[in-house]
Amino acid sequence: MVDENISDTSIASKAEARAAGETAATEGRFVRLMDHFRREWQIYVMLLPMIIWFVVFLYKPMYGLQVAFKDYSIFRGVADSPWIGFEHFQTLIDSDQFYRALRNTFLISFYSLCIGFPVPILLAMMFNEITHHLFKRTAQTIVYLPHFISTVIIAGIVITAFSPSAGIVNQILGWFGVEPIYFLIKPEYFRPIFIGSGIWQEAGFSSIVFLAAIAGVNPSLYESAVIDGASRWQMMWKITLPSILPTIIIMLIIRIGNLLEVGFELIILLYQPATFETADVINTFIYRQGIQGAQYDLAAAAGLFNAVVAFVLVISANTISRRLSNTSLW
Amino acid sequence: MSTMNLYSRGDRLFVRLNMLLVGLFALSTLYPFIYIAAVSLSDGSAASAGTVFWRPIGLTLAAYDYVLSEPLFWSSYRNTFIYTFGGTFVSMLIIVPGAYALSKQQLIGRRYFNLFIAFTMWFNAGLIPFFLNMRDLGLMDSYFGLIIAFACNAFNIILLRNFFESIPKSFEEAARMDGANEFQVLWKVYMPLSKPALATIILFCMVSRWNGFFWAMVLLKDEQKIPLQVYLRQVIATLSNDEEFGASLLNYTYSAETVTAAIMVCSIIPVLLFYPFIQKYFNKGIMLGGVKE
Repeated sequence: MVDENISDTSIASKAEARAAGETAATEGRFVRLMDHFRREWQIYVMLLPMIIWFVVFLYKPMYGLQVAFKDYSIFRGVADSPWIGFEHFQTLIDSDQFYRALRNTFLISFYSLCIGFPVPILLAMMFNEITHHLFKRTAQTIVYLPHFISTVIIAGIVITAFSPSAGIVNQILGWFGVEPIYFLIKPEYFRPIFIGSGIWQEAGFSSIVFLAAIAGVNPSLYESAVIDGASRWQMMWKITLPSILPTIIIMLIIRIGNLLEVGFELIILLYQPATFETADVINTFIYRQGIQGAQYDLAAAAGLFNAVVAFVLVISANTISRRLSNTSLW
Repeated sequence: MSTMNLYSRGDRLFVRLNMLLVGLFALSTLYPFIYIAAVSLSDGSAASAGTVFWRPIGLTLAAYDYVLSEPLFWSSYRNTFIYTFGGTFVSMLIIVPGAYALSKQQLIGRRYFNLFIAFTMWFNAGLIPFFLNMRDLGLMDSYFGLIIAFACNAFNIILLRNFFESIPKSFEEAARMDGANEFQVLWKVYMPLSKPALATIILFCMVSRWNGFFWAMVLLKDEQKIPLQVYLRQVIATLSNDEEFGASLLNYTYSAETVTAAIMVCSIIPVLLFYPFIQKYFNKGIMLGGVKE
């Protein structure tokens, strides 16, 4: 009995002491926090404009994504327009145009991946085999250049070069007796032209990453291969290529993660109703329906679909890359 | 590897063939520029007939005369400079202090701020919500709107933050002893030490501003405010379909083709002038770009 009493009081006093200690600790933490802000307020001031910018220009639109589930009217605004659930998504699923845009997005991405992805790798390997420094530097300077040229100019060049009357392509075809073809209104030519101009613009610049990887290959591998009498051709395929394989895999994963990112700006500049069949992708669909056609809610629904699929792709790509190479992309 | 005499005959053949292929690729990259330049300097009738290949046919500056006498060309050129320099300046004003703050260990919630920035690389609300937001903010059709709306991106911030983090703390200690505050430490210690990273980001910003057209096309209605790329797009779209213009050309030595080519050349020239600087830094930029959190 006595013992219990003693233990009771001791427990009580312990609890009291703990409570008192906690208040002191909270107060202490609060004081320390205030002290921290008094001392370090400047870095928070520095951070603030950037955080505000992200909230206003990137996170507020995410809140605005709710128009995808609403019957949006300009006069009522984003918040006050009535909810209609998944109606827009139903409309999209039932629409041939959206299906066409989805199919074109994946097809254009897939073709440019298959055709465009190996080009910069080959180019980097070929640059590596050039021993003439001035030639190498000049060639690199030239092939990097189109990356810095505006999409509008690329489109202008394509339109001029493929024009039926004035274009050089039809001139050359004319030498072989081919009648002038109006390439840009033929659906069957759109994808080759689009993918080709993409390779022309980006292959050179994309090779930089692979050149950097090649620069990191251990030179002793080549030295021992030379002693073994390997030819340069053999070294290129049996040493260089396997050595940069990790980089190739990472770049491939990034590309797959960005599969939905088709260069829609160039498409907007090059496509016409006659080529929508093969050229219209999700983003051009959104642009036409939403910004040109003022069907903001429907277009936002298409955009949300796009963003969610892209998010899943990027996250899975990163997870895969982390598993494979221990190098996650962020 | 540089001892040429070690090469076998097969190797020498391989090296030459390789050079030939790379040379051809470089030529085919360069060719469209030569073609456009030649068209812009050609007689309109020759350009329309498609007889221009390498060099101007019937050399004339008529297309440039026409382009340079267009008030809209000059205003759009001026606007492009405003968007490029103004936009890059505003970007730096926000990005540099922000990235500096994020690089500081003592920042409470640093992890969450980083995630807050990086998340926007994976998920984006898309065109329409962004567009509606711009309209709600009343930023349509204004210089300020176009400049501020594209001031930041997560990639540049992370790149710069990583660079700041890599600078040893010992550099700032002397400045702190002298009583420098954070702004002074950033300005006097970090900025001078980060020149390569800053140059890279400035170049990224400037190149994307100079070339950007989509949002300028969507957000700007007033012709007096459009940048060069939007003007060029309008010219391409109207000249090639405009019968009136086509008919009016009969008396002139320029044509739709030579005029668009001339505008394209005018837009490329500043990029070419700037290109040596770009080249100096973008290699480093790519290396810095090994983005990690």
